[in-house]
Amino acid sequence: MSDMTHSSTTTVRAERSATASKTYAAFLILGLVLLIVAPAFFYPIFLMKLLCFALFACAFNLLLGYTGLLSFGHATFFGGAAYFSAHVVKEWGFPPELGVLTGVAGAAVLGLIMGFFAIRRQGIYFAMITLALSQMFFFFCLQAEFTKGEDGIQSVPRGHLFGFIDLNSSTNMYYFVLAVFVIGLVIIWRFINSPFGMILRSIRENEQRAISLGYSVARYKLGAFVMSAALAGLAGGTKALVFQFATLTDVAWQMSGEVILMTLLGGIGTLIGPIFGAGLVVTLQNYLATSQFPVTIITGIVFMVCVLVFRRGIIGEFYASRLGRKLGFEHRR
Amino acid sequence: MTMIFGIPLQAFLGQLLIGLINGSFYALLSLGLAVIFGLLRVINFAHGVQYMLGAFAAMLMLQYFGINYWFALILSPLVVGLFGAVIERFLLSRLYKLDHLYGLLFTFGLALTLEGTFRYLYGASGQPYAVPAQLAGGTNLGFMFLPIYRGWVVVVSLLACIGTWLLIEKTKLGSYLRAATENPVLVQAFGVNVPVLLTFTYALGAGLAAFAGVLAAPVYQVSPLMGSNIIIVVFAVVVVGGMGSIMGAILTGYMLGIAEGLTKVFYPEASNIVIFVIMAIVLLLRPAGLFGRDA
Repeated sequence: MSDMTHSSTTTVRAERSATASKTYAAFLILGLVLLIVAPAFFYPIFLMKLLCFALFACAFNLLLGYTGLLSFGHATFFGGAAYFSAHVVKEWGFPPELGVLTGVAGAAVLGLIMGFFAIRRQGIYFAMITLALSQMFFFFCLQAEFTKGEDGIQSVPRGHLFGFIDLNSSTNMYYFVLAVFVIGLVIIWRFINSPFGMILRSIRENEQRAISLGYSVARYKLGAFVMSAALAGLAGGTKALVFQFATLTDVAWQMSGEVILMTLLGGIGTLIGPIFGAGLVVTLQNYLATSQFPVTIITGIVFMVCVLVFRRGIIGEFYASRLGRKLGFEHRR
Repeated sequence: MTMIFGIPLQAFLGQLLIGLINGSFYALLSLGLAVIFGLLRVINFAHGVQYMLGAFAAMLMLQYFGINYWFALILSPLVVGLFGAVIERFLLSRLYKLDHLYGLLFTFGLALTLEGTFRYLYGASGQPYAVPAQLAGGTNLGFMFLPIYRGWVVVVSLLACIGTWLLIEKTKLGSYLRAATENPVLVQAFGVNVPVLLTFTYALGAGLAAFAGVLAAPVYQVSPLMGSNIIIVVFAVVVVGGMGSIMGAILTGYMLGIAEGLTKVFYPEASNIVIFVIMAIVLLLRPAGLFGRDA
């Protein structure tokens, strides 16, 4: 870009992003209203499952979309947190809010350990290391005492939030999950728009340059990894309370694959894309759950199609479409 | 009874043999992964599924056409290799210009679809495949009882590994492959058809995986899940070895198989995870891997 055109494009961009943020705000309010009234129209358990997975996918996207690191081991944080929350709530009698927070803390610690090893390599090796370490955690959960092996931790009590809101009512539970979801998203939004988030994006774009500018890239990557793990733990801990159990399914490698698919389908590197991706995948699973047909055939095909022809994902394509550009959105790549 | 480190010698050698057999499969699979990665820069997540397809092809050939083990050992890798060539030619080759991660994700989707399809058709449980009559039974070596088939697996996979190494390091075709790994554009300018070379390489890797699958069929049960169970371990093997060297991949495969077998003797609870632990230790001490050149 030459200097002559630079100032004019900047103004156009500024105007565009002003329109974009207005449209964005309108959509957000609309979305929130829809989520608040949704239990009147849909089965609450389904909605809660959807919100948990949407938060999980957004947390994952923090790493893939904004730092450029593909983790193939996020099931560890999601499922690990589910185990921790379920255990402290059931065995130690923790209240639900503390139970979820324990899950978050546990996931953050696991994230610190896995991240410490994984950031030593880049790209494809990073993906393989996270996958291998999460498989190790899977075997740990299979053999450990507190996870109850193949059975998992069953009939976890939901308890009373802050001591007086009865979460056994599914309406109360739904609004608790919605609150967790919104808090999680606000944290992610604050995080990616902070100076820290900007540095992460610069690492994604050009790691060598970020290093030469004096940033300790490894530390930032580790920070992003722990943050993403903790938020995935928030989703996992909440899910354990919703379904009242924690099992091996949530720590298996298939779960790590699922969250990648959700993010890819919705749009890597868009804030709200993974929500749509999660919505589609969860709906699909619900739809196929009653039939004999295995879900993995469909998810595998969707995966291949996305990678071959639909790499921007739903929201990414929307941003890049004529309507999206008219509304003032921009999409890289 | 002879004891070694407080363990009966028989048990020790038995586990060592199982370790050696697992190591053979790790070596064959990580070799294929390394060959594919070297040229295509794609981590082939479908490698485990291609191993499973090899075993299934052998079993189905026997069931429907009465094709015996010996022919299956040749035909099955050819069929799976051809299948790999088609996938590479029409789908995978579209992704080379993109970030390498897309290749990983594409092959992951392929693996999910194929595994799901076979699970749908044949159920999740394993089916037996008989040891060929010529290799049935065992022999008493004096200090231990050796099932002949297991000895055969170790010898043949070692030969296959050495053969592949010779193919890549010592033949003209291999020199093209190595040159194309270094600089594909220049090799193409010299008149070598690089896209065909890429297709061939992927087919070779897939064929090697299928070969390992046929070898494995009589040892383990033929099950749709056999691929995903082994591929993650093989990824760890590849991280330990580093994908820069073919010989490195082979050696690491055998070493880790043996390490796993020995762990079963001394501390069985950890045998599932010992390879991952070794991977973590190697990452701390030598992040590029034991034989790795590229970090």
